Amino acid sequence: METKNIMIVGVGGQGTLLTSRILGGLALHANYDVKLSEVHGMAQRGGSVVTYVRYGEKVAEPIVEEGQADVLIAFERLEAKRYAHFLKKDGVIVVNDQRMDPITVVTGAAQYPEGIIEELSQKHKVYSVDAMSEAKKLGNARVFNIIVLGVAAQHMDYAEKDWLEVIEKTVPPKTVEINQKAFKVGYTL
Amino acid sequence: MEKKIMLGNEAIARGAWEAGVKVSSAYPGTPSTEISESLVKYPDVYAEWAPNEKVATEVAIGACISGARSMCCMKHVGVNVASDPLYTMSYGGVNAGMVLVAADDPGLYSSQNEQDTRAVARAAHVPVLEPSDSQEAKDFMKYAFELSEKYDTPVILRTTTRLSHSQGLVTQEDRVVPEDKPYERNPAKFVMMPGNAKGRHIYVEQRELAMAADGADMPVNRVEMGDTKIGVITCGIEYQYVKEVLPNASVLKLGLVNPLPKQMILDFASKVDELYIVEELDPIIEEQVRSWGVTCHGKEIFTVQGEYSANMLRKAILHQELKIDTPSQVPARPPILCPGCPHRSVYTVLKKLGIHAAGDIGCYTLGAVAPLNVVDTTICMGASISSLHGMEKAKGKDYVKKWVAVIGDSTFMHTGVNSLMNMVYNQATGTVMILDNSTTGMTGHQDHAATGKMLNGEPTYAIDIYNLCKAIGVEHVVEVNAFDTVELERIVKEETARDAVSVIITKSPCVLLKGNVFPNKCVPVSDKCKKCGMCLKPGCPALTRNEDGTIAIDETMCNGCGLCKQLCKFDAIETVAK
Repeated sequence: METKNIMIVGVGGQGTLLTSRILGGLALHANYDVKLSEVHGMAQRGGSVVTYVRYGEKVAEPIVEEGQADVLIAFERLEAKRYAHFLKKDGVIVVNDQRMDPITVVTGAAQYPEGIIEELSQKHKVYSVDAMSEAKKLGNARVFNIIVLGVAAQHMDYAEKDWLEVIEKTVPPKTVEINQKAFKVGYTL
Repeated sequence: MEKKIMLGNEAIARGAWEAGVKVSSAYPGTPSTEISESLVKYPDVYAEWAPNEKVATEVAIGACISGARSMCCMKHVGVNVASDPLYTMSYGGVNAGMVLVAADDPGLYSSQNEQDTRAVARAAHVPVLEPSDSQEAKDFMKYAFELSEKYDTPVILRTTTRLSHSQGLVTQEDRVVPEDKPYERNPAKFVMMPGNAKGRHIYVEQRELAMAADGADMPVNRVEMGDTKIGVITCGIEYQYVKEVLPNASVLKLGLVNPLPKQMILDFASKVDELYIVEELDPIIEEQVRSWGVTCHGKEIFTVQGEYSANMLRKAILHQELKIDTPSQVPARPPILCPGCPHRSVYTVLKKLGIHAAGDIGCYTLGAVAPLNVVDTTICMGASISSLHGMEKAKGKDYVKKWVAVIGDSTFMHTGVNSLMNMVYNQATGTVMILDNSTTGMTGHQDHAATGKMLNGEPTYAIDIYNLCKAIGVEHVVEVNAFDTVELERIVKEETARDAVSVIITKSPCVLLKGNVFPNKCVPVSDKCKKCGMCLKPGCPALTRNEDGTIAIDETMCNGCGLCKQLCKFDAIETVAK
């Protein structure tokens, strides 16, 4: 089996680490070798964050490099564009259609690009979801990232029950129900 | 045996625990911080935060001399602070095993330089083990204690950001606690007076030769013979990139990167056609290999700065044309101060007064970038205060009336205190601002000697910074709420004008601390908004402009600190209860 390469990108605080832990747990559950790579320390201060997840028979390097990602999960539009060149030719982007202005845009030093989703769709397979709206429908804006994960799950090889089981093992106990609900919303979109 | 997915740092902690470590001391520093946070959760081991890495190393030394296995953890620049005890302990050796975990930062993910700890280890004659994944991080940590006791030396376990912050599968084993070593007075070994040190230096050089000779038999060094057209000598995380790119090449994987197993290297080199040395940062291995007359490729085709990658090796070794899309040109998203951060308020006042800040290491270093642009210098922990003093002595007291030293509470306890002593003792007049947000923030909110809580969560004596400054002899010490911009401005003007050392302690807790309650939020009053943009100047990420130019405040980000409201002259921002 060829090693699978997943990237999760977003803004510090959006839950990229939690998502990668779920993906790691799934790989472990399926008895794959798995490596993850994360960014700590500076991440909470609203910076751009990347997490890599690689799983397969035997995984050597813990990072996904340019041109190698099978799936790019992006919790914010600009970050999807920033890392799109990491995708394989037939790689898939799952993007949360949300805009968070970086400080460079807020101060007027730079402009937030228009038409990001449209532009990305020209070159890649893009699955866009307004996860915030879906999450608010469930009554909890914070689970938007699990909804995005649910959408991504449609393009990965694990069974729904495996996802639900690993989510239960990974998220805080009080939040298991809402997170599983959120996953199902994304999975059936 | 159970397998778990573990961060490199968690695996290091696990290895220490399985090896029977009893005492660990450390100071937070990316990418090492999680080691202590993980270790403290295990039973039967004492783990603490010390005010700085020198103290942490000395604590570990004391524990090891008394007969218990010990360790200390730090980032690479922390090794600089620990250098004094490290270099001399190399001579003294150990009683029970002692390991210093040093975490380097190739690629500068969160550091002020990318120095190579292996170079320090060479100068100090301390052996270095370097793992290549989480499983090895655990195994090498245990082996480090064995080596330490076998060769009578402290041992450095070296990791890098990529290893410390990546996760992989690790088998969990049981803790085995060796008997404490008996203690016997031995001044020839542990009192490093010149007469004693002379003899120990001879021992140090012999020890190094012995380890180099034994290296070929150590399980951490291994040869993987394959196709002999290409041979690679490598270590650390770089080994993984080699396996991705050259799965069939012959590889000499070094787990002991100081001292180098010379004969093992010479034997390997003689068996391959082209030899490559793949090591990040300094050409430590390469220069030694070349000095033995071995032809090899190294830094002339690889970089000295930053991390390596598989793609880099594909280009440099295999001359492959990589078909990669060019990255999009998009606005940068650098880290910034959080919404409601008290440092933003302090910098807003300093900026208004046109004051330069000699800065220091922490979240408040971010005061150097747009839109705040107040911090002029940042060198190392504690340098803000000492360098301000240097400026005053060079240019006179009036020069520093337009400057302040800015330092955090944890940084002040780390080494800022000594710098403040210097100002009092040597009759300075400068002004020091201690930004007290009750935490060691940038590294993830750890406690320190002035917060009143230990690493293990126990409450403890909280050293009072105000009284500490008074005790040092600073007459003019004043505390002020960081968000009281009117009072803060008045105080800064008064104290910078004063011909005496002043300390201004700005107090307000870090917004990310657990237990913080934010009852209010700021809301814009659009019909009063004159679109002047004054509220945007401090760069709070919660504020943006609407299409029509009026201000919008993101209520998921705003925690009601009210700084923007203070800056508005038109009452166009209100604070309301949530």
